[in-house]
Amino acid sequence: MNKRTRFLCLLAVMVLLVSVTLGGCQGDKGTESSTTDNNSSTNAASETEATRATTGGSVVVGMTQDLVSLDPHIQTDAGTRNVVFNLFEGLVKPTSDGDLMPAVASDYEVLEDGKVYRFTLREGITFHDGSKVTVEDIKYSIERYAEVQSEASVFSAMDEVVVIDESTVELRLEEANTELLADLATVYIIPQSNTDVATNPIGTGPFKFVSYTAGQKLMLSKHEGYWKEGYPYLDEVEFKFIADVETAFMELQAGTLDILNYLTIDQVEILGEEFNIVEGSMNLVHALYLNNDYEPLQDVKVRQALCHAVDKDTINEFFAGGKSRLIGSHMIPSIVKYYEEGAEGLYPYDVEKAKELLAEAGYAEGFDLVITVPNAYSQHVRTAEIIVENLKAVGINASLELVEWSTWLSDVYAERNYQSTVIGVDAKLAPSSWLIRYVSTYENNFMNYSSNEYDDIFAQAKAAVDETEKVTLYKELQMILAQEAVNVFIQDPAEFVAVNRKLTGYEVFPVAAQDLSTVRYVEQ
Amino acid sequence: MKYIIKKVITLIMALLVISIFTFVAFSILPGDAAMTKLGTAGTPEKIEAMREELGLNRPIITRYLDWLKDAVKGEFGESYQYSSTSVASLISERLPTTVLLAVISFLFIFSLSIPLGLISTKHPGKWLDTLINQLMQIMMAIPSFFLGIILTYIFGLVLKWFQPGKFISPAEDFIASARYLVFPALAVALPKVAMMVKFLRSGILAETKKDYVRTAYSKGSSENRVLFRHILKNALIPVITFAAMIIAEILAGSIVVEQVFGVPGMGRLLIMAIASRDYPVVQAVVTYITAIVIIVNFIVDMLYQLVDPRVNTA
Amino acid sequence: MKKKPNYNLICGIVITGLILSITVIGQFFTPYDPNELNASLKNAAPSLMHLMGTDNLGRDILSRVMAGIGTTLFIALWTVFIGGLFGTIVGALTGYFGGWIDEAVMRVNDILLSFPSILLALIFVSVVGTGKLNLIICLGILFIPSFARIVRSEIIRLKALDFVKSAKVMGAGHLRIIFVHMLPNIVVSMLTTAAIGFNNAILAEAGMSYLGLGVQPPDASLGRMISESQAYLFNAPWFSIFPGIVIILTILGFSLISDGLKKVSGAAS
Repeated sequence: MNKRTRFLCLLAVMVLLVSVTLGGCQGDKGTESSTTDNNSSTNAASETEATRATTGGSVVVGMTQDLVSLDPHIQTDAGTRNVVFNLFEGLVKPTSDGDLMPAVASDYEVLEDGKVYRFTLREGITFHDGSKVTVEDIKYSIERYAEVQSEASVFSAMDEVVVIDESTVELRLEEANTELLADLATVYIIPQSNTDVATNPIGTGPFKFVSYTAGQKLMLSKHEGYWKEGYPYLDEVEFKFIADVETAFMELQAGTLDILNYLTIDQVEILGEEFNIVEGSMNLVHALYLNNDYEPLQDVKVRQALCHAVDKDTINEFFAGGKSRLIGSHMIPSIVKYYEEGAEGLYPYDVEKAKELLAEAGYAEGFDLVITVPNAYSQHVRTAEIIVENLKAVGINASLELVEWSTWLSDVYAERNYQSTVIGVDAKLAPSSWLIRYVSTYENNFMNYSSNEYDDIFAQAKAAVDETEKVTLYKELQMILAQEAVNVFIQDPAEFVAVNRKLTGYEVFPVAAQDLSTVRYVEQ
Repeated sequence: MKYIIKKVITLIMALLVISIFTFVAFSILPGDAAMTKLGTAGTPEKIEAMREELGLNRPIITRYLDWLKDAVKGEFGESYQYSSTSVASLISERLPTTVLLAVISFLFIFSLSIPLGLISTKHPGKWLDTLINQLMQIMMAIPSFFLGIILTYIFGLVLKWFQPGKFISPAEDFIASARYLVFPALAVALPKVAMMVKFLRSGILAETKKDYVRTAYSKGSSENRVLFRHILKNALIPVITFAAMIIAEILAGSIVVEQVFGVPGMGRLLIMAIASRDYPVVQAVVTYITAIVIIVNFIVDMLYQLVDPRVNTA
Repeated sequence: MKKKPNYNLICGIVITGLILSITVIGQFFTPYDPNELNASLKNAAPSLMHLMGTDNLGRDILSRVMAGIGTTLFIALWTVFIGGLFGTIVGALTGYFGGWIDEAVMRVNDILLSFPSILLALIFVSVVGTGKLNLIICLGILFIPSFARIVRSEIIRLKALDFVKSAKVMGAGHLRIIFVHMLPNIVVSMLTTAAIGFNNAILAEAGMSYLGLGVQPPDASLGRMISESQAYLFNAPWFSIFPGIVIILTILGFSLISDGLKKVSGAAS
């Protein structure tokens, strides 16, 4: 054939190839996954009340951090804790308002001023594999936890775990610890017989393990023998790992995810009618953390100047549409009992005052300040950008240094080789876990804060047996931190969770926990 | 024969050098797997304990030699980040995806660029040529991740021809997987099509002006015969070089495109492993990439010989 | 016969001229301070006050773009220069002399090419730190292998041609042969490579900024702006469109010029 024909053939093949592949995709339009089909509701009118809920169905939850491990006793991060909350339970369990409720134990007593804890095993409670939970399992779990956590855990002060009878077990400590209960919430009870803890996790939680594909997804299914009547509602839960936050958001919009947490305010504003937004807080102390050893920052006046110079309202506005709670010290408002409100608002945004204080301290010309931020967290980066502008206005030459997360952990957190940084710090339910950070001998006191007064009061607070005394002392500690302006405390950032409108029952917790047991489909 | 042996030795040496280099790199980089795994909950004791568990507290040389010993046997060990998951399984899960994406991308690149290149040289300077040229110019200027986002928006959210994020691995469902990968492949391929067309076109046109071409015409060869026999062969050399680079790049895993489309491929694995200082995974992936690049270049060198026997690259 | 105007060249010069003048102006004057924040104007659509709209922190995008082009161009040009200069030297020398040096250098080249550039960049940055200068050095080094390879293959091809052989016979020294006789013949493909390299340099800078390894915030860079804009594509598309268009125009402008120049030099032969 002649050249023209040959050439047209080539063209035709090319066009054919492209159109076949693209056109073939039209087929995808019709194929929806079975779950979405099952529950495709019409554009029903607003129904925020759960009327009659249905049991059954499955849900896909997005997570932007992959699991560290399925072994419940080793040290993990908040992302992992969120997820394993559904697999395991301890003797007690946190509730959504920051309290504790009995779980594996049906009852407990605190004896000898916090030196002995006695638990009654819940009758009839079973593990995922159907076997009954025994007091030996409890003893085993506590001992294993203490061993795995080693020196660092509170259980290093543990004397022994004694089985009294087949439904009673006692935890005896060497020294009294009145705050142990909160720590016990994460000592998950597992069967002694299970040797493959990380690859085949078995617990007492509302959902049981089906499969895990590293870097992709975790599948859970309903624990038919769960002790709490009527829970969970769902048959199946998939935790899907999506590394990139923006991609996760796109999946949410496209419908391949039903629930996604840690949304930014901008994303919330984009979402339309198909999602309910549940507001909570991230349970973090988000602040411009200062290395108190860095020369200009050694002077309390300088630190206070920084507090006056940073426009916290603007940060709040950008970060969470103004919905975060601004804080003044190192404690989150959701731990209501121990939270010192008086620490808030000590340093209103005041550029003139900031300049005044700087001049008094001898830094009228300002100074250089490097803010090291982990680039993985765009929220912190943006906050830092705002702070740079704020500080410029008072004459401080601030600049940003973005680093990788691993680098941040090693340079800033471990070696304290930095000047200032923006990060959110979390802790557990117990107030001491938050405030211990400023004790001069604490290993992760990366602020290099050192005060004898603080150390003394902390020791007293920890040992206090009387509830009121404890509260007073912990509040005093917060005031010290605020008055000393150890860091520029900003906020406990608001957290937004998008939940598909077809679902209800999602609650936020003051600790890392994504409880899927209360989530259910609303009946059409 | 000697040639092949020489090449194999080169391959092995390159792998060795790369592995040492990666190893050194990891020693320089701040932070290690233990620290990263523990995060802010890490205290010096816990980190030490984790280091011991992972074997990170042994002297550098020992760790490297141990790794090497196992690697030559084909055992790449377990990931630091995902305890009790073997590196081999992490890779074997993702390799098919990356390979499939690469193959589809090639198909697009070659099926689009060769015809376009040829068409544009048929009547250089005329409207078709100009049109294609301008289109290619614009295409080259678009960053691939930007292209990926636009494709996702148009085809994923507006037209709904695919569901972003609903990726199925080739092992599960080959056809569905291939269909999904069409779009990331487009994002990868289009910018490269533009470059290829440019190379092809400039190469062919440059050759066309050469004396030997005129000689061939005057001898009576038809236009196309001249084209395929002589011009293409010469114009192809830089094109092949370029193609080699593209191939290696795509097979190594198009990180950004994988990110935008939620495709769990080798590129994503590498990024995640670097971020969590998961040394065994990084070493394995880097080894794979190095091997691919060198093998591809070897094939390319062979092709040079075929295309132009005057060239002696031995 | 009337000569057809060289459209490529004209368009190229116009576009590039536009971009360059915006860049130059941007060094001295921008409508707003590129880093000025404004909470109430977050993600505002383009208007008379803000011709390109505002970004997620309320900063004027036009001002940031003006400041950003300069940064991006600066980095890209230097990257291509360093990569091109050293890459050409390496490629020409090894291609010409061949032998085991050629083997060794090419293997190193391959290794550099195959090593994930991100890992290299990470190492580099962790050792020397971030910043514009370091970024340029880092990217420049990363670009050497590709230039080297292309130049080398061209030199090898030319080596076998008659005119080189005759130059040798006439007694010309090696260096003279390379630089006076051979390189001028490769100018065409080198220009193509450089144009493509320039394109890649801009993209590479975007990639590095994406990882936080490039220009540090809050300074503007086109690449960084695009990656920041990803999250807002649906409610504030102007955030990514404008920097994107500017990048496209910049690259387009230079490509058109180089094409136009080729035509000019081609017409002469």
